[in-house]
Amino acid sequence: MIQVKDNTSKFNDDQILISHGDGGAKTGELIKNLIFNFLGNSILEKMEDSAVLKINSDKIAFTTDSFVVKPIFFSGGDIGKLSICGTLNDISCSGAKPLYLSLSFIIEEGFQTKELAKILKSMKSVLDEVSVPVVTGDTKVVEKNNIDKIFINTSGVGAVPPGLEISPLNIKPKDKIIINGSIADHGISVLTSRENFGFKGIKSDCAPLSIMIEEVLKTGSGIHAIRDATRGGLASVLNEFSEISNYQFKIYEELIPVNKKVYAICEFLGLDPLYIANEGKMVLFVDPKDANQVLATLKNNRYGRNSVIIGEVENTRDSVVIMKTKIGTNRIIDRFYSEQLPRIC
Amino acid sequence: MTVNINKTISEIKHLSRKLPSVINLMEVCGTHTMSIGKNGIRQLLPENINLISGPGCPVCVTGINEIDQIIELSSLKDIVIFTFGDMLKVPGSKTTLFRQKATGSAIKMCYSPNESLKYAMDNPDKKVVFLAIGFETTAPLTAAVIKNAEKNNINNFYIYNLHKTVPSAVFFLLDKDKKLNLDAFICPGHVCAITGSRPFDFISDKFKKPAVITGFTPYDILESVLIILKQILSDNPETVIQYTLAVREEGNIFARNLINEVFENQSSYWRGIGIIEDSGLSLKSRYMSFNAKKVFNINTIDTKEPRYCDCGKILLGEKKPFDCRLFAGKCTPENPVGPCMVSSEGTCAAYYKYERLSKNDPGKR
Repeated sequence: MIQVKDNTSKFNDDQILISHGDGGAKTGELIKNLIFNFLGNSILEKMEDSAVLKINSDKIAFTTDSFVVKPIFFSGGDIGKLSICGTLNDISCSGAKPLYLSLSFIIEEGFQTKELAKILKSMKSVLDEVSVPVVTGDTKVVEKNNIDKIFINTSGVGAVPPGLEISPLNIKPKDKIIINGSIADHGISVLTSRENFGFKGIKSDCAPLSIMIEEVLKTGSGIHAIRDATRGGLASVLNEFSEISNYQFKIYEELIPVNKKVYAICEFLGLDPLYIANEGKMVLFVDPKDANQVLATLKNNRYGRNSVIIGEVENTRDSVVIMKTKIGTNRIIDRFYSEQLPRIC
Repeated sequence: MTVNINKTISEIKHLSRKLPSVINLMEVCGTHTMSIGKNGIRQLLPENINLISGPGCPVCVTGINEIDQIIELSSLKDIVIFTFGDMLKVPGSKTTLFRQKATGSAIKMCYSPNESLKYAMDNPDKKVVFLAIGFETTAPLTAAVIKNAEKNNINNFYIYNLHKTVPSAVFFLLDKDKKLNLDAFICPGHVCAITGSRPFDFISDKFKKPAVITGFTPYDILESVLIILKQILSDNPETVIQYTLAVREEGNIFARNLINEVFENQSSYWRGIGIIEDSGLSLKSRYMSFNAKKVFNINTIDTKEPRYCDCGKILLGEKKPFDCRLFAGKCTPENPVGPCMVSSEGTCAAYYKYERLSKNDPGKR
């Protein structure tokens, strides 16, 4: 047990486990009970996808993310596309327009140049689509077997439009909860892209959503909070936001879009699509009077065609997420517990 | 479907008024336990129909000493352990496989035993051990992979055998433990797809209790409750198949033959219950060279159950998870104390994940 700063701060594990990096409860323990002990400050401790920083009178969003997905090429994407989309989407969650990215590679000795070129090509295609440049970077190569092929880190900055404040603290009762399409596609795509798996043909939803979010924000609608539903899936975003806002959320099973094939694979493997990662899905909390306008705007974007309202914020002060099942019963949608899945981002 | 469900529910409610007292229906399959929790089936049933979760999760009934022995095995040189995910976080007396992995033991998660055999073939310098766990549903897979290994002369592949069979455990619950007051069984659909319905006939023939072999949708489960209710009210207990989509009386003969070729019946220790005669599968002598326990000469480790953990009573249906003093406090899915909390099919995990809200509503417990 390591104790620093004061006796109340405790981190109970003497080793780092896989679950400390899966975005679930254990990751939370590591961050709050160890990292914050040394590096905590008021901005970091907000634990937002992007830090919103004030520089003179302007506000910028700043974020960083590392990518270790295995396999590095999967149906619907690859580690390159993922590393650009992930950071762009994190910036967008604060309402900011992404402006510049940094890019770092850690590459295993012997890695095939043509594979690196393939990764760079798919990065370029996303960057061109959103017109955001990579402006600084770094490359390290380590000895064979010291890492698994290639790891990528990207960071990014974006400009927050003046006066705009997107935060789960702004969530209000009756807010509509909207998602821009089917859930669990990314996690299941990566899982089934592994060798020895009988299922094929599930495409990851990996996509840059920054333009879609800009379009929605431009309408001036009452958008209170946005989060991309990555590790831990839709259930994790809802739980996090319910906890921060201290309101109960209600969602409806029959409204949540799940691709039929993905649903079948989840059933077969005993996985719950609500907890499976997405890389192209945003969850938006919207003032009910603006919900239809937001929905229409999202549907106009290629990444939002299947957008749908999946539930609403209840006027109950309680951090719990309830799902009305298809048979009319109520089910708690609990926090994410570590699932034994391969590296998905 | 919703119409059917509503009709079934109202019929259940109507008939339940004729019951003289509370009836206890036990399910003995983790997938049923999870489906009941996830779909909130208890919310739909009248208060005098009580669903009890029996020993239906293979991980939960694995002895704590076995976990300790597997952990010891994993630390031997050149050993690579392959396991289904659920076993990784089950606490042994000191640590888990998951933590052991962080210390450098080679422990890999797989979805099928074939992955472990393939790894053994590709890595002849390693000794590959598959943790063969499960009821009649997974035993044919283990049997097939062993036959395959034998055929291909693979001599670096082994199983750590934990297979168990369900009918003997149900017999034990009915025969030995009268205080449980069980009125009927919701029998496991997947297991019966292999075994057929006949091995469960004794429930109605000998013990005069209804037994319904059931599928896994909410409708399947509710329909079975209705069938049971009708049998109880007409005093006409039978063993019947509700899950006709997958189960035949004679079962899957090919899979049964595979099991019989490779395994033979043996008594087996069930965590929380004890030794049950004929409830385990041991490798036949011809296949002994695949038996990791024999080959690596693992010492039997004698370990005690964790203090205050009620998993044993919960597995027998004597207690509900809410009655355990550790539940949702010291014992959570992230930091489980007992096996019923760690397995995704465990009773405590199902209650924790899906039914915590009804904790203060005894009618829905």
